[in-house]
Amino acid sequence: MNKQYRPYTLIAELTHRCPLHCAYCSNPIDLLKYRDEIDTNTWLRVFREAEALGVVQLNLTGGEPLLRNDLESLIEEAGKLGFYINLITSGVPLTRQRLVHLRDAGLNSVQVSFQSVDEAAAERMCGQPALHQKLTVAEWVKALDLPLTINTVLHRENLHEVAEIIMMAERLGADRLELANVQYLGWALRNRQALLPTREQLRGARLVAREAKERLAGMMEVLFVMPDYYAEFPKTCMGGWGQRFLLVAPNGLVLPCHLAHTISGMQFDSVEHHSLEEIWFESPGFNQFRGETWMADPCRTCERRHIDFGGCRCQAFHLTGQADTTDPACSLSPDHHLIETARRQVQDAIGSLIPLEYRRAKVLD
Amino acid sequence: MTPESRPRLAPKVRLRLDQKTHHFLLLFPERGVLLNPTAGEIIKRCNGRNTVTTIIDHLMQTYEGQPRQVIETETLNLLQQFHARGLIRVET
Repeated sequence: MNKQYRPYTLIAELTHRCPLHCAYCSNPIDLLKYRDEIDTNTWLRVFREAEALGVVQLNLTGGEPLLRNDLESLIEEAGKLGFYINLITSGVPLTRQRLVHLRDAGLNSVQVSFQSVDEAAAERMCGQPALHQKLTVAEWVKALDLPLTINTVLHRENLHEVAEIIMMAERLGADRLELANVQYLGWALRNRQALLPTREQLRGARLVAREAKERLAGMMEVLFVMPDYYAEFPKTCMGGWGQRFLLVAPNGLVLPCHLAHTISGMQFDSVEHHSLEEIWFESPGFNQFRGETWMADPCRTCERRHIDFGGCRCQAFHLTGQADTTDPACSLSPDHHLIETARRQVQDAIGSLIPLEYRRAKVLD
Repeated sequence: MTPESRPRLAPKVRLRLDQKTHHFLLLFPERGVLLNPTAGEIIKRCNGRNTVTTIIDHLMQTYEGQPRQVIETETLNLLQQFHARGLIRVET
């Protein structure tokens, strides 16, 4: 058994239910239902077992975590374990009074997502008018002395807004601004033709973000994440498979990332049948892509294999059908033409508004 | 950052002991830094009352035999770096 790995962050996906329908949602296509969700006591056991493994950061996310009506007790118990507790929310189903309760229960920070600075553009992306509520929530967060992170997912239709998004974050007094380009998996892969930007767009936005990062150093942290479709080398996905992150899905499935279970043939275990420790150290799923023995050429001998670990396994699988191959985002990958073709197709789509497939749960049969 | 500055942790930052390594750990939104023993000795004294000079005086006792010049440079470097990251604030 390999005890060298330590999870630092537990991503607790409390639910897949969400009032918004963002076309780039990082949840899987097969969304889980309320009846699939594990109960309060199971989550509390997960927290205790995570703490024992070394976890110090807890991200409460979803879906929309505020839709769990046991959120207050989850936060209270998590606080006793010493976690730094982050709420990652759309802000939509929140009142000021509930935020006060969450803070008093021990919440440490709040991340609010913004689709756009423009109400119509935001609604097109998430299917709901929510901008006004989000601005109000962000103001409450600051008024209640909680650290505020603003997160905006960037794509072709809002990259030109980056300067305005930065101004909005400054006006709100955000402590941190994440300008994260869409990663093209799950829902975003389905909507790639509508969302993938051009290189020129990215160049402009990145310059604006870089200027703001320098200007605001020490006051507001500005993070700009490039889409790997325009990078020379793939991203270091999750800091390496099963190396730093543990994700527990709403039904108790334990995963190294949001979408690992969408890779055919992979086996993952649930907290309902095993302890977190057993799963983290011993499960075939977590061990599958640890280390280097699984790597094929060109990764096997590449000097960057200790940096990016061959990139994203989910992306490799969803684009090539094979999870143990080099991430096609890598310019050295034999499948890199898949990325180049997608980039070329963007040029033909410029200026047209392509219909989006919104994140929705499948109708029950 | 000057010898008279009184650094303290930014409100978003929590300092705690890490159970696995017994080193100090700085936690802030969605991130963290595991501090090496020297950094831990510096950061745990950033309470808004100690001046940089006081912190260096303490370190001189902890790391007896080290030239003050070296300790001073290292302390200022670390504090400036954390200040630029928004992890510590300075009372003037």
